[in-house]
Amino acid sequence: MKVSIQGIGLLATGLAGWETGRAVLAGHGSFQPGEMPDPEAALLPPNERRRSSDCVRWAVQVAQEAIAQSGLGPREVPTVFASSGGEMGVLDTLCRTLATPEREISPTLFHQSVHNTPSGYWGIATTCQQSSTALSCYDDSFAAGLLEAVTFVHVEQRPLLLVAYDLAVPAPLNEARPISAGFAVALLFAPPSDAALATMQLHLRETDQEPASHLQDLALEQVRLGNPAARSLPLLKAIATGGSQKVIVSLLESQQLVLEIDRCRN
Amino acid sequence: MSANVQPITPLTLTAYTLVTANGRGVGPVLQALRGRRSGLKPCDFEDVTLKTYIGRVEGLEDFSLGNELERFDCRNNRLAWLGLQQDGFMVAVAEAKQRYGAHRVAVVMGTSTSGILETEHAYQARSQAGSLPDWYTSRYRYTHNMFSLGHFVQACLGLRGPAMVVSTACSSSAKVFATADRLLRAGLCDAAIVGGVDSLCLTTLYGFSALQLLSTGPCRPCDEDRDGLSLGEAAGFALLESSELVGRRGAVALLGYGESTDGYHMSHPHPEGAGAIRAIRDALARAGLRPEDIEYVNLHGTATRANDSVEDKAVYSIFGARPACSSTKGWTGHTLGAAGITEAVISALCLTEGLIPGTLNCARVDPSLKSRILRENQIGSLSCVASNIFGFGGNNCSLILGKL
Repeated sequence: MKVSIQGIGLLATGLAGWETGRAVLAGHGSFQPGEMPDPEAALLPPNERRRSSDCVRWAVQVAQEAIAQSGLGPREVPTVFASSGGEMGVLDTLCRTLATPEREISPTLFHQSVHNTPSGYWGIATTCQQSSTALSCYDDSFAAGLLEAVTFVHVEQRPLLLVAYDLAVPAPLNEARPISAGFAVALLFAPPSDAALATMQLHLRETDQEPASHLQDLALEQVRLGNPAARSLPLLKAIATGGSQKVIVSLLESQQLVLEIDRCRN
Repeated sequence: MSANVQPITPLTLTAYTLVTANGRGVGPVLQALRGRRSGLKPCDFEDVTLKTYIGRVEGLEDFSLGNELERFDCRNNRLAWLGLQQDGFMVAVAEAKQRYGAHRVAVVMGTSTSGILETEHAYQARSQAGSLPDWYTSRYRYTHNMFSLGHFVQACLGLRGPAMVVSTACSSSAKVFATADRLLRAGLCDAAIVGGVDSLCLTTLYGFSALQLLSTGPCRPCDEDRDGLSLGEAAGFALLESSELVGRRGAVALLGYGESTDGYHMSHPHPEGAGAIRAIRDALARAGLRPEDIEYVNLHGTATRANDSVEDKAVYSIFGARPACSSTKGWTGHTLGAAGITEAVISALCLTEGLIPGTLNCARVDPSLKSRILRENQIGSLSCVASNIFGFGGNNCSLILGKL
């Protein structure tokens, strides 16, 4: 299955925005993690932004960055949102309240607890009525999202926006799922075209001797291992570096996605 | 709207199964439909004191998952396990596995809350210092994490193909049919196990109560005095294969599907049902059918004031008052992330049995609804059914099932 990549959004400490991220991943600048980003997600109406979760703001921020690069109108683009645990911060608040005798949970927090909350807010912000799927595959949620996204573009021959994110998990839930730093990435896929950042061929195979791609830079490799959405970093690095590159991403223990990337333009 | 949607090759439901408050397997579900016996009872879930009715599956508290499945043990996966044991489903999957190979069978599951009940219990069992018990933290991945159900089903069935869990609130296990179709059409698998499981928990009971969407009695879809939904729990599964490979005449197949969003509000439907209309139109286009080909519409029909009214607008605008319409939530309750597969399997039973269930608990149809809402069961041959599912986040999916 061959697709083109028409836009990229990125958000993590030291990787705030694709321009910064591309330079770091291409080796033109050093990776300097610092403060956690606090994205504005300007596309969200002020009312919605005020009550939105971190997941929503991070996901909308990278989604709007990728859409803007592509030049496509957000109303025309279906979406896939991939996250291991979704709204872990909201779930922590709900479960704390449910452990009290009164169990008086906030109706707003309840409807924000679903896995497709960022998808819903993206729809409200853009008034997009296209298909939107939210999914999970634990540590391989990015790979599953990538498979769903590329399959959709291949079968339907239409553009699609993939957003993968996982935010830092608050205590005490982090004892069960220790994710200490947020990471969000968006990739706008479309049918093959020369007017794109890159083209990508995806091939699904059974796991063989060749291990999944990792990063040479130890600090970046820690980021990759520490957040399911950051499993996208080898793909992003390949796009940033240019030329023809092969990237392998694990999908469960049994399968791998083999990605062959060719950069089209800068 | 449907300009770039092309017809699909139908997907045969080679095997399917369902567990709801009406019983284990499709037999009891069908008996309940015919006998018009609701599975809803006054809420007796754990220590919940809400005045509401629930569709609780009997017996989930009486066993646990053992041996190599022990780490997956939680209410949601117990319900999944019960579902997999019914209707010869495991045998059908084993045959498909033999036919295609374990890595060529995909698993696409839907759930909204997964095993969140474990986390609710763990928060109640926090230590003085506020930390969570070890029995919970070591098993979060296998119980509450959103992928747990997919992992569990893959492990139970011994499959090694692509697997994921779709979680788009109530539309989850309708959308799994769409994802499976894409995987099959792209040649990434030869068969797919689709399905969904959602189980009772405090989050949804108190959450829907906080939204003032729970009925105090058994839910009354489309009734003029309807006052909210009843929550239920269910597990359902279907084995999908291309009808070009396994299509025998008369077999039930997925003919089309449509997915959309409202782009309007997190928990209120679009006032004109714009997203719902888009989903139904796309489903018809993929099925290569016209509205007049649909004989029965299995409504989402949750029995909230807003859902039934907006869904009626959408359905009437496409189909007019011609096809019979009904909601089966009065039997099962709203099974949330399992509603899609619950109503897909019920639709399959309607097709094979020539049964259109009249809306249970609907004493007088809301006179403001324009669609032809059925109150009594109707018997007669049936070849084409549309099933609607709408969820939080304005996420919509419509499925069309028919006989080959």
